[in-house]
Amino acid sequence: MAARVLRHSKCARRLIHPNKSNFAAPALQIQRHQHADQNEMNETLAQFPGAKAKYTEKLEFLQPDVYNGIPIYRVMDRNGVIFDQTQDPGLSDEELLKWYKSMTMLNTMDKILYESQRQGRISFYMTNYGEEATHIGSAAALQPKDLVYGQYREAGVLMHRGFTLDEFMNQCYGNHEDGGKGKQMPVHYGCRDLSFVTISSPLATQMPQAAGSAYAFKRAQNGLVVICYFGEGAASEGDAHAAFNFAATLECPIIFFCRNNGYAISTPVQDQYRGDGIAVRGPAYGMSTIRVDGNDALAVYNATAAARDIAVKENRPVLIEAMTYRIGHHSTSDDSSAYRSVDEVRYWNQRDHPITRFYNYIQRKGIWSEEQDKAWKDDTRKQVLQAFARAEKRLKPAWSEMFTEVYDELPEDLKRQKEEMEAHVKMYKDKYPLSNYESS
Amino acid sequence: GIGFAATGGTAVAEIQFADYVYPAFDQIVNEAAKYRYRSGNEFNCGGLTIRMPGMAVGHGGHYHSQSPEAYFTHTPGLRVVIPRSPIQAKGLLLASIASPDPVIFIEPKILYRAAVEHVPNDYYELPLGQAEVVKKGADLTIVGWGSQIYVLEDAIRLAENRLDCTIELIDLRSLLPWDVETVEQSVRKTGRLLISHEAPKTSGFASEISATITERCFLSLEAPVQRITGLDTPFPLVFEKFYVPGVERCFLGIKKALEF
Repeated sequence: MAARVLRHSKCARRLIHPNKSNFAAPALQIQRHQHADQNEMNETLAQFPGAKAKYTEKLEFLQPDVYNGIPIYRVMDRNGVIFDQTQDPGLSDEELLKWYKSMTMLNTMDKILYESQRQGRISFYMTNYGEEATHIGSAAALQPKDLVYGQYREAGVLMHRGFTLDEFMNQCYGNHEDGGKGKQMPVHYGCRDLSFVTISSPLATQMPQAAGSAYAFKRAQNGLVVICYFGEGAASEGDAHAAFNFAATLECPIIFFCRNNGYAISTPVQDQYRGDGIAVRGPAYGMSTIRVDGNDALAVYNATAAARDIAVKENRPVLIEAMTYRIGHHSTSDDSSAYRSVDEVRYWNQRDHPITRFYNYIQRKGIWSEEQDKAWKDDTRKQVLQAFARAEKRLKPAWSEMFTEVYDELPEDLKRQKEEMEAHVKMYKDKYPLSNYESS
Repeated sequence: GIGFAATGGTAVAEIQFADYVYPAFDQIVNEAAKYRYRSGNEFNCGGLTIRMPGMAVGHGGHYHSQSPEAYFTHTPGLRVVIPRSPIQAKGLLLASIASPDPVIFIEPKILYRAAVEHVPNDYYELPLGQAEVVKKGADLTIVGWGSQIYVLEDAIRLAENRLDCTIELIDLRSLLPWDVETVEQSVRKTGRLLISHEAPKTSGFASEISATITERCFLSLEAPVQRITGLDTPFPLVFEKFYVPGVERCFLGIKKALEF
């Protein structure tokens, strides 16, 4: 043994003289030397390190409703009519139609995959009904290499970036073409090429990670931002607080995008918070904040584009709270009629649906018609069903894939476990559904 | 840290005391450990190393003395590394930082002021997942790590003087993945095994070593595997000397193994 270990480690002990203070001289002594005017100023402006604020002699509480509802930015009404023409982002017809096609393709895919779960063909699914504009509007305002951290209800972002129907389905089926190699439940998408970090189930964990990545981007000076999506329920998690505070204090180029859809599984917003939603928390952390109509794709776009500008130019976080409504159930494991009225859902579906509003807008513009819409919807259905059929036929990955990528390299003990498994499966091959898997 | 490493960066996070790592437990176990696996290798946070001072320090009590290694060794995807000395610490830490896997690096804090070595100035790595036979012997294999190695050395000295034996001491160094081969080879030679750590007995890492070696070396074993560990209580302040597995308890364990 080369190390020499002292048997009794001695800690330095500082002797404290009973008549002298060990602390630095109080600030008061320094102030006596200052100019008389400044002296007067110092009496109204406090010098506490914690807050540079004026004194007041009035006993008054700051009431929680002081903001009385942060206003909701919107560009168009429910009929697709723009309120203020200066707010029209002036996008090309091609771009606008791409948005519409993304939203509707997503909607069709959701319908078919939800059904497929009900039929026992995939194990689980989460729809995006009612939130399509939050996905597409924000995705359109970002650059392709801006890194996306999602929660689980942002499939439209991935779709808009070019994730194919096959890729979505492969992940839901967990077949051998799935980028995630069948290791996670459906809708836990990820795609390195599209800068979309793989989804994980625990809530809000993506938030501090997103701040960390944004910090890395700042240091790399690559002109990119990180966008981090989360729900109003996830915002109650401790990780959300940590993310906001770190992003602000480390001055990171990140957009925090909250989808406030009214429900966190069965928890309505009345039980989620007492303050004015999530937006009111932004300024508390020192973040520029905006609340936006999440069902208005143009408003979401404008807000995200402006937020991106701030984040990338000034290296600081921005909070967007997109107000929307979760028209579907939380997931296929949920039946929301247990905690909300069917009338409420119907109202949003019929009176304020993001796809309908955008349809109205493009129809008014004369770049889309009812006939085109019907043809397109039929086409989406056909495309989705075909991709679905392809995905369903594909085999699962070889079961030996289960042992890969736990670590960068397969460790000895795991190699042993794999070999034991190989021998076991060989002996009991008719007890395992090997025909569903590629051969090892 | 995870997010920083996910973009390819190298992040070395420090937890002030291992006792305070638990708020990060969800992120470490559910996220960092599974990042590569769940993404089909599209993403990983191998660039992340988390350092924390752990183990007893003489006056730490519940919250400045814990050995939390067992919580993390139960999580596939993580590496857990514990050095016993300055030279080991430098080599293992540099290897941990360079490792493409996320590493939990627990530093026995009592050694910060108590261990002195001439550490080479240049960059060097020591291998992860590899134990080191610190002292050769024929009659008993002892496995330990971190600061406990010194207690075991003292106990071995006592035993080799009083009882007619030679004892082999292995510093595990990496607890996850751990070097089963080296320990197995040693036990096949000596036929007896004793493991010692400060962490509580139940589900302490000694249980894992004991179970694995018993599976693999049953017919070579001449005595039950001895575990000399901390008690199944929170780490007490004024009773520290009674709580930790000191020289006397280790010596008695050695005696029991040899005389079975």
